Amino acid sequence: MFTGHRARKRTAYVLLVGAVTFALSSAGSAQASYSRAAAKCGTVTLADNAWVGYEANLAVVSYVLKKNLGCKVVVKNISEEISWQGFQSGQVDAILENWGHEDLAKKYITTQKVAVDLGLTGNKGIIGWYVVPWMAKKYPDILNYKNLNKYASMFKTSESGSLGAFMDGDPSYVTNDEAIIKNLKLNYKVIYTGSEAALITSFRAAEAQKKPMIGYFYEPQWFLAQVPLKHITLPAYTVGCDSDPKKVACDYPPYALNKVASVKFMNSGSPAATLIKNFTWTNNDQNSVAKSLAVDKLTDDAAAKIWVDAHPAQVKAWIGK
Amino acid sequence: MTAQLLIRPAKKTSAVKRSLSALSIFFFAGALLLRGKATLPLDRSSLTSFHDWLNTLSAWIDNNRDSNAFFTTFVNVIRNSIDGLVRFIQNGISQAGDVRTIPQIGWLGVVAILGFIVYAISNYKMALFAMAGFVLLGLIGFWQESMDTLALTLAAVCLSLLIGIPLGILAGLFPKFEKFLTPALDFAQVMPTFVYLTPVTLFFLIGPASATIVTLIYAVPPALRITAVAIKEVPWSSVEAAISMGSTRYQALRKVQLPQAKRTIVVGINQTIMAALSMVTIAALIDAPGLGQVVVRALESLDVGRSFQAGLGIVILAVVLDRSTTAAASKVDTSNISTASHRSHRLVLLGLGITTVIMVLLSRVITWGGSFPGSGTLGSNIARYVNSYVDWFQMHFVTFTNDITDTVSYGFINPMQSLLTQSPWFITGAGFVGLGAIFGGKRLAAISLFCVVAIVGTGLWSDTMVTLASTLVAAVITVALGIIVGTWIGRSRRADRWIRPILDAGQVLPAFVYLVPFLGLFGATRFTAIMAAVVYAAPASIKLMADGIRGVPATIIEAATAAGSSSWQMIVKVQIPSAKRALALATNQGIIYVLAMIVVGGLVGAGGLGYLVVAGFAQENLKGKGLAAGLAIVLLGIMLDRITQAAASRTSQDFAAVGH
Repeated sequence: MFTGHRARKRTAYVLLVGAVTFALSSAGSAQASYSRAAAKCGTVTLADNAWVGYEANLAVVSYVLKKNLGCKVVVKNISEEISWQGFQSGQVDAILENWGHEDLAKKYITTQKVAVDLGLTGNKGIIGWYVVPWMAKKYPDILNYKNLNKYASMFKTSESGSLGAFMDGDPSYVTNDEAIIKNLKLNYKVIYTGSEAALITSFRAAEAQKKPMIGYFYEPQWFLAQVPLKHITLPAYTVGCDSDPKKVACDYPPYALNKVASVKFMNSGSPAATLIKNFTWTNNDQNSVAKSLAVDKLTDDAAAKIWVDAHPAQVKAWIGK
Repeated sequence: MTAQLLIRPAKKTSAVKRSLSALSIFFFAGALLLRGKATLPLDRSSLTSFHDWLNTLSAWIDNNRDSNAFFTTFVNVIRNSIDGLVRFIQNGISQAGDVRTIPQIGWLGVVAILGFIVYAISNYKMALFAMAGFVLLGLIGFWQESMDTLALTLAAVCLSLLIGIPLGILAGLFPKFEKFLTPALDFAQVMPTFVYLTPVTLFFLIGPASATIVTLIYAVPPALRITAVAIKEVPWSSVEAAISMGSTRYQALRKVQLPQAKRTIVVGINQTIMAALSMVTIAALIDAPGLGQVVVRALESLDVGRSFQAGLGIVILAVVLDRSTTAAASKVDTSNISTASHRSHRLVLLGLGITTVIMVLLSRVITWGGSFPGSGTLGSNIARYVNSYVDWFQMHFVTFTNDITDTVSYGFINPMQSLLTQSPWFITGAGFVGLGAIFGGKRLAAISLFCVVAIVGTGLWSDTMVTLASTLVAAVITVALGIIVGTWIGRSRRADRWIRPILDAGQVLPAFVYLVPFLGLFGATRFTAIMAAVVYAAPASIKLMADGIRGVPATIIEAATAAGSSSWQMIVKVQIPSAKRALALATNQGIIYVLAMIVVGGLVGAGGLGYLVVAGFAQENLKGKGLAAGLAIVLLGIMLDRITQAAASRTSQDFAAVGH
């Protein structure tokens, strides 16, 4: 009522300038240069799960795809479960490092038949219990689970009451820690930190301040290059010892990490599909690239180039021609 | 002295006080006598039949998504149009399209357009400030990421306003409609985003559409609510006057209510923008493009510096958008005064408009005007500096901060938690119902009863109590900071000018940025989660309290000064008691903001409901339990909100009664 006239004029100007700008912009787009599109490979969409080991696989695979095969690589930063969901919707072509996930494999590979197992990456995953290195040095017998109760009181924190604190990390991983502790009659309480960042920061701080800490961890992981956590021996894993989640009293199984891709992508005949299928390397290979990324803070391509330049024969074998 | 006489408590208050003491005697006696009974604990990995049912439900949706006509037509249409809108804006300002190597409008053009728009809606100082802010985005090396974030924010804000403002007007006109919407709005604002992140991607797939919808759910409520308030604020007498002069109801709305409500509606737009920006990092988890991605990726290698660098980008965007819309709101207030400079203003606008068009054209032709020149050295320097500073701080203060963690944990959190988790559910529940009855009468007692019973129904009572304990401790710290800092900056303009940008940063800096240094200092503990919540919640409390202190009538201050009060007496006996309503509001908002951080707490060791929500996001078979935990958070949030709101309006009534 009071402001109408002037405000409307102003709006008109804004709209006018906007319209002119847009018209000119659209008219000018013809002059733009074509970027050279890759001829036969096309676009490959890769999931990027949030840990550095995965990042290393991704860096090297994308680098080779772009450099040697001329593909356009699209990377989607998403969690593991949402990556699998992407096979169904056609939004993800491949996952480059998969840790188990039997429930998801059953759902998308066996039942819905939208994904296919592409074989092992060559990386061996170890999941288990670890302590900070200074403790392993000072109390060597702590590395056997039978002696853990002797040290339980050292691990007491404000979060764990009268028991020792056992730290768990990212809830994406299915852990048996509560059951193991109960069934081995250990005086510990599982503290759920809720993320990998929280777990690693806690381990790092504990080692720096020489404070006791015990928790769930895994290899390959770049952090072990900085703080070499020591693995605790639990009763050895035997097939089926973890079949009843409530009665587990044994170590975690060794994981053979694999790759998964969408069926549609594998049937497309893209050379990228062959490359991802053939891609394998060792824990040392992955750790070296992961260290370039996380510790030396190189970009993905720079880190990948170092490794690829040093291993021409292996890359050639992946490409398969 | 005089002031004390003015604010003597009304008679009603003493009755309230009596019932409150009776209630606390009942609660503590019950807690003590029945300790450890009916505490309803549930193992971490156990599921109730309710959780199983939710799992089945989500599996059903998952399996029927492709065959059901509702999904294939309706949902896909929505997805494609939202995707199209975001891509359109992205092609304009951030992403190279299929044929061009740079976006349609280069950085020079974007900065020019921004300057023009901000000048048009506010003033030239603001325009220069906004342009400087955007140039800074380029200098820290994140031009493209910032524009991606801006594109997504613009799309989400446009859609939020498109939905929120019309519904808000309706809610303002029809109280029944508002009552009908309120529970849905509460739900949308308190439900943790993590809970619906996976379901939304199930329907709308990964990418901009899902990210926009997730943001919408959170950003529509403020737009709607504030618009409704704006309409209701317009005095009914002016509407009646218009109608008596022959206007129809619609004309009265258009010519009387809307223009008068405009200023408040602009405030609503401002809040909507802020809400949308606060979702940037979480939306990155489902592949939303932009600065959030950088933050999330930096977290993988715990690179605090780089995540700070990107967080700074989000803060700059937020401050620029916040200040320009705030300035626009106050201009709406004053624009009817200066009609003299009207003509010259129009000429200036025309001139600037032409300049803007030229800049946009230039940005399409000249290389350095297209993509931002330089390699963002400033940004990487900031990152390096932050990293070394954080390391230094951690090395020197960690013993001290560990002591703080232990003191607060053993002294406050543990006793509080053991009191709440060890008391029978019906005693604590009765306590809530009692509080509801005292502050809000039968209706609120009924709401509280419903919430208590429903929380028990989710099967997560014990986890809810764990979360409640931390929430209460965080709320106490938040309110204490609100009183201390709020009073300080409320009394001193200069302090306000220095503190306010820090408060803004606390509200918009993604929590992921400061979680890692906090973890280093305070460990993976409930206290770290509490600190994160305080960083986010205290600014709101402080700002509200400062407003309250400033709103104390000058006559009261003068009277107290005349009576010879010292500054301390002035603060404690006059200003804080007079700002009682602001204090109550600051408490209410403090609690609501703390609740918003429960899930973030679950990422750093707080356990409780927050952890269950995170676990539900990550694990297929815990999905139902995570959903139930989200529900429990909503129920707890609604209950705490209603009770503190009722307490707040109770104190303001007292104050109003005294005023007469």
